[in-house]
Amino acid sequence: MQNQFGRDAFALLVTAGVLVWIAPLVISTYTLTVLIVYGMLALSLGLIWGYGGILCFGQAAFFGLGAYTYAIAAINIGESTLPMLLAIIVPFIFAMMLGAMMFYGRLGDVYVGVITLVVTLILYRFINSTAGPQFVLGKARLGGFNGIPGFQTLNVPGNPDSYIWGDGLYYFAAAALVVVLLLVSWLLASPFGRIAVGIRENETRMSLMGYDVAARKTLLFALGAAIAGLAGALFANWAEIVTPSLFSLGQSAEIIIWCIAGGLGTRFGPIIGAAALAYLKFLLGQQTLVDNTVIMGLILVLFVLFLPKGIVPAVVSGWTTLFGRRGAGKATALRRNRAGRGAVSHG
Amino acid sequence: MVETVLETHGLTMRFGGVVAANNVDFRLGRRELRCLIGPNGAGKSTFFKCVTGLQTPTSGTVYMRGQETTDWRPHQVASLGVGIKTQVPNVMDGLSVHENIWLAARRFLPSREASQRTRDIIERLGLGDLSRRDLGQLAHGERQRVELGIVAVTDPWLVLLDEPAAGMSAEDVERMTGIIYELNRTAAIIIVEHDMQFIRSIASTVTVFHQGSILMEDHVDRVMADPTVRNVYLGKNA
Amino acid sequence: MDLFAVILVEILYSIASLILISAGLAVVFGMMKVINLAHGEFMMLGGYATIVAVNQGVNVFIAMLVIAPITVGLIGLVVERLVIRHLYGRLVDTMLATWGISLLFIGLATMIFGNTTTGISTPISGFSVGTYQINGYNFFIILVAMVLVLGLYIVLKLTRLGLIARGAMQRADMAAALGYSPSRIYMATFFCGAALSGLAGAVLAPLVGLVPTSGGAYIAKAFITVIAGGPSLIAGLASSAGLFGVTSQVFAFSISPMAGEIALLVAAVVLLRLMPQGITGRFFKGKV
Repeated sequence: MQNQFGRDAFALLVTAGVLVWIAPLVISTYTLTVLIVYGMLALSLGLIWGYGGILCFGQAAFFGLGAYTYAIAAINIGESTLPMLLAIIVPFIFAMMLGAMMFYGRLGDVYVGVITLVVTLILYRFINSTAGPQFVLGKARLGGFNGIPGFQTLNVPGNPDSYIWGDGLYYFAAAALVVVLLLVSWLLASPFGRIAVGIRENETRMSLMGYDVAARKTLLFALGAAIAGLAGALFANWAEIVTPSLFSLGQSAEIIIWCIAGGLGTRFGPIIGAAALAYLKFLLGQQTLVDNTVIMGLILVLFVLFLPKGIVPAVVSGWTTLFGRRGAGKATALRRNRAGRGAVSHG
Repeated sequence: MVETVLETHGLTMRFGGVVAANNVDFRLGRRELRCLIGPNGAGKSTFFKCVTGLQTPTSGTVYMRGQETTDWRPHQVASLGVGIKTQVPNVMDGLSVHENIWLAARRFLPSREASQRTRDIIERLGLGDLSRRDLGQLAHGERQRVELGIVAVTDPWLVLLDEPAAGMSAEDVERMTGIIYELNRTAAIIIVEHDMQFIRSIASTVTVFHQGSILMEDHVDRVMADPTVRNVYLGKNA
Repeated sequence: MDLFAVILVEILYSIASLILISAGLAVVFGMMKVINLAHGEFMMLGGYATIVAVNQGVNVFIAMLVIAPITVGLIGLVVERLVIRHLYGRLVDTMLATWGISLLFIGLATMIFGNTTTGISTPISGFSVGTYQINGYNFFIILVAMVLVLGLYIVLKLTRLGLIARGAMQRADMAAALGYSPSRIYMATFFCGAALSGLAGAVLAPLVGLVPTSGGAYIAKAFITVIAGGPSLIAGLASSAGLFGVTSQVFAFSISPMAGEIALLVAAVVLLRLMPQGITGRFFKGKV
């Protein structure tokens, strides 16, 4: 198992290195940076949903929380290192509390979906209503629907005047994604990851084996939130402004669409889905014939109807049928609705 | 007197106005093999669920090896070293036989030893050829066997089985009886069962439930001969 | 005294609008176990249907009470035939697909009506109680909600259609065994659910400026009212709308309207945590 993870990690590093080097020849690093950020955000949901079976309709809440934490901390501190860490820690702790409330209450899938959705909405409403001058955290004004502009962006640790931006930010974000991906791969290969998949498959059985399902789901949920928070901080650095739309339902919907299209239960599916669809949206943004939202909605409907497992598992199984062996990305695809069994027990 | 591993005092479970288990006093000795029988709704499954922590009893207490476990949740009960198999097959259909049993072993052992023990158990259960197959693709009897493997791999000192023989072929039942005897060398076992043939073949002490209470408790042969038991239970079936 | 009357009307109005907002979703969820995330957009479309009809010179009440429900009901029918019917029994997939449909409708509405706020004026003028101004239209909303609840009750409890519907709610296969095609029951249910959503959107349209994304404001409230209500359709709807309506108005009056909104959502989260089966999962069992 260890050996396999080593080979896996090596292949991942080489592939990532080549991609990071080649991609700027085709697409501008400015666009690529945000594609990477979205990839990381999708990975965060892919981890908890695809491997943990946790149906979270509010991943955007942690993304926004990370971005706002970074912005507020950066204004107050004037240096970016601690704010980056806080942007990971704050969503982690918030998700810990939210997750503990949901999972120790043994709520079914659908209720977890509802509660995460509602919490996202609460945050969105709240942040939107903070336009007044009384909403101040230290030196930072929350700014309501106008958001927070003008915070200290990423700098070399300990040196607030040497900024990491443009190409630098691109390489930083890419490195961050690779590190997160390696950590996720390691986690999934570890007993913790295998137990998480067991819980996704059958919670009752896992608890009858003696595993504390609620604690484990809470931790996994919080880890996903931490990754989403990091993505949020990177996004804040890229956009140089944070606005309430980060918390919006639309943002949550997009993360879900990326995961569905790319393929749940795979590590790369969500990342590929996010990068491809975000780039598609970027290209579509340059035409005015069809509204972007129409296309995103259509993609979601069509995938659910015709390719519910997503692109990556479909390609992998196609490869297996053609060449008779497993391709890259060992996929234990999630069967969503079996996992959703018993979620609604209304008579 | 043998050491007591499981004891309940006045265990009662009410659902609204219905009393599913009524003031049950139960005691199980070390390495004892006990069958619970009774007609549908007699309270044996409710009793089972209260003991395993799947339900919390309305009143009464549960002790395991002298420790009170009344309000514990299933994972806490299982963590004591209690192996549980529920009525409906409860397995991970999307995972392989090996992964299913490994997950159970990993709870009490480090990864490497868990893998070793998993391989041993799979061999002993005669599932060697199916080791890498997903459980969803297996036949009912094979899945039941895997679930027994999940229970057996942790070396439990108390095993609770809810209708293990349901829907199995004669050959499967025979194989399972063997496994149960093997488990019984180190563990006390409670089996909730309908199948009288199977209970006779195990030939153990039987506790008869009726309308939420314990009607009688004796060796299987004497229970079968008892007119009251025949009346409430066997009279309809046998 | 005047203040008391005003607050009472506001609370009743708040409950009534929650009932209106949730009825369509409740019917579809109760009967089909389908959580329709495009519900808010059905309401938005109901609002636009009304505005378009009024601009064409149709009487506003006919536009709200007849044209909007039928239009949206038909749209719902198309959605059911094209998408939902392929996903019965796949709860999570239906949620995802209807979320996709919701985005689709937002996009289409943006293309047709533009991303600007449109609205119609309230057809009933306000009046004053002492020194306070009361919006007369609020009484209309309360009336519509009451008629709606009464109508649902009569249909479910007293008609043959309601009997089939209640049967299907209990056990879908039972209705099939009795010779009623589940496919047609579902079609009819979805039509009714969508029509109710359209009606709600239309009736509420004069009170809010309409934008293509208006549905988002409704969906969370509808969602939590229905889920918190639990298995019984009418009792659940009434009890959870009552609870949330009172909660939100109390906070709205004592702090701010925003606090009212947030209090409602927080109350819902807490309630779901305490009673995952909903209010009627614990109380009022066996009611319609």
